Amino acid sequence: MSLERPRTVEALKERLIEFSLFLCAFASVLTTVAIIFVLFSEAVFGLSGTAFFKEVSVTEFFTGKRWSPILKPQEFGVLPLIVGTLWVTGIAAVIGLPIGVLTAVYLSEYAQPRVRRIVKPFLELLAGIPTIVYGYFGLAIVTPYVIQPLFKDLLGFKVGTFNALAGGVVVGIMIIPMVSSLTEDALRAVPRSLREAGYALGSTKFDVVVRIVLPAAFSGVVSAFLLAISRAVGETMAVAIACGSMPNLTANPLEQIQTMTAYIVQASGGEAPPGTIEYQSIYAVGLTLFVMTLILNIVSQWVMLRFREVYQ
Amino acid sequence: MSKLDHSSPSDLFQSGKKETRLFAYLCAAATWSSAAILVILLSAVAFKSWGWFDWQFLTSYDSRRPEKAGVFAGLIGTFWMISFTILFSVPIGVGAAIYLEEYAKDNWLSRLIRVNLSNLAGVPSIVYGILGVTLFVRMFGVFGEGGHLDSFIGWKVEELNFWGISISLPLGEVVLAGAMTMTLLVLPVIIIASQEALRGVPPSIRHASLALGASKWQTIRHQVLPAAIPGIMTGVILSISRAIGETAPLICLGIAAYVPFAPGGIDSPSALIEHPEGMLQAPFDYFTVIPIQIYNWALDHREAYKGLAAAGIAVLLLMLLFLNGIAITIRNYSNRHIRW
Repeated sequence: MSLERPRTVEALKERLIEFSLFLCAFASVLTTVAIIFVLFSEAVFGLSGTAFFKEVSVTEFFTGKRWSPILKPQEFGVLPLIVGTLWVTGIAAVIGLPIGVLTAVYLSEYAQPRVRRIVKPFLELLAGIPTIVYGYFGLAIVTPYVIQPLFKDLLGFKVGTFNALAGGVVVGIMIIPMVSSLTEDALRAVPRSLREAGYALGSTKFDVVVRIVLPAAFSGVVSAFLLAISRAVGETMAVAIACGSMPNLTANPLEQIQTMTAYIVQASGGEAPPGTIEYQSIYAVGLTLFVMTLILNIVSQWVMLRFREVYQ
Repeated sequence: MSKLDHSSPSDLFQSGKKETRLFAYLCAAATWSSAAILVILLSAVAFKSWGWFDWQFLTSYDSRRPEKAGVFAGLIGTFWMISFTILFSVPIGVGAAIYLEEYAKDNWLSRLIRVNLSNLAGVPSIVYGILGVTLFVRMFGVFGEGGHLDSFIGWKVEELNFWGISISLPLGEVVLAGAMTMTLLVLPVIIIASQEALRGVPPSIRHASLALGASKWQTIRHQVLPAAIPGIMTGVILSISRAIGETAPLICLGIAAYVPFAPGGIDSPSALIEHPEGMLQAPFDYFTVIPIQIYNWALDHREAYKGLAAAGIAVLLLMLLFLNGIAITIRNYSNRHIRW
């Protein structure tokens, strides 16, 4: 009897199943190809004759200081949208990253298991709340009950219904669960022996946490930061509701702004007819956004691999 | 060394302790602040929706008069879209995960698929919206009056009819277009969650099955998959609840907020009995979802609409809470009953 498997209907069936499962997995690659193709089709090549970057030069797009896609004279300088995105991302980072890391340190180093069991579900719920709810929270609660009393009534600044600060604050709250859970994973991967060695040399708990555990988990923490920032850059609904819809190259976060994502929401809401340059500008902004988040994600993975300390 | 000699060990301990305690308090405060924010957020929604969230709100279509407006069209639309999303995304997602965990050899192709998956999971949802509107809603402008087919060969297709079901071409902002966009959006998450569930099944089970003469697929079908089902279901429920709250890609598709009918005309169980063919028409009908209605109400300046938005959010959060409850129950149940 030969040891080779007989070529039967059964064997053919096995091969067919394997192939269809492969197609399922390959669908994800096709999705990426489709995303890139669609973005390029209207922004760069122009399947239907014109394309965005054939009408507007790349330098004009990235250095122009005015974004006015509908009102004449039309101008397509993306800087106001990028600055809007940076304001929201910056404010979110200032709020979300420290709170996220401190939460992770508390959960991994200080908290009793009982406390952990109580707090974890809160963070999971916070992570599961849809972003549109955060937008509503920013517009209906944070601006009128926190920002306006503080900056308008107390300090005398002008604060509108829509402002970059409210959007930044809610996006900051939104990234806390993500930062804390990724950082906590990184902290837990630091072996116990390192902590014990620290205590044996007479370190206090503070020293062990800040000088030993956090540096040892450095790559994980940085990669968590980058992922969270990428998430903040791509965040849409919270920003579209709380920050307003006016492209604004401003140094004042209390003014109304528009982020790249919010512009896509506003413009694809229906007015721009396909084939026009204002319609194609959606794809140009989408491409910029896609490239920015992709770079952040890739750098995050690279940091994770490149600077990871491997413990036995 | 000289520094150590001058201060006694107890001094060192004292100065360290203060720092330690302060830092510990800071960490605890940061942690509890998240919990506090959640409580504030939920009570704010409850407070603002007071008086708006009632039976009439759940059973009415949207209206120009806030006291008559409701979330019914969104509820039905969300149900249809999510049903089709589950139908498409679960088989493909679980299939992909099985391939990656059980079949894939370590070659460039499977590495490409893995790297690509983690990057896809980080693509902003609005980009999926741009993909969906071009691919499904407009279909690259191939069909319809003035489309590519029309201008090249003079072929104007605007509608297909099968057995009384009308399918417009291009698809337009219909249930199916929304579901396919959502499928692409949740696939990476479902695949990654299912991979983890499959990885949790110990190899010994596979070896035992193969040793008894089962084929690879028989092993997967009858041993590995049943053992991984609780983990897969938890992952699926969590990603589906993400899809329920997702708004940005649907706005990008051009889904309208004001839809005064149910897809396929099925607005009650009796309508289902009277014209069951509506079930087949529904995927090709226009629809709206709860988050789009919330968005529309939230941006209205009149105070009454803020209440409507809060009531919509309350409905959305209750749905998500229910789904998460199911996921947690499955997780706890399987943790208790499966031991390796």
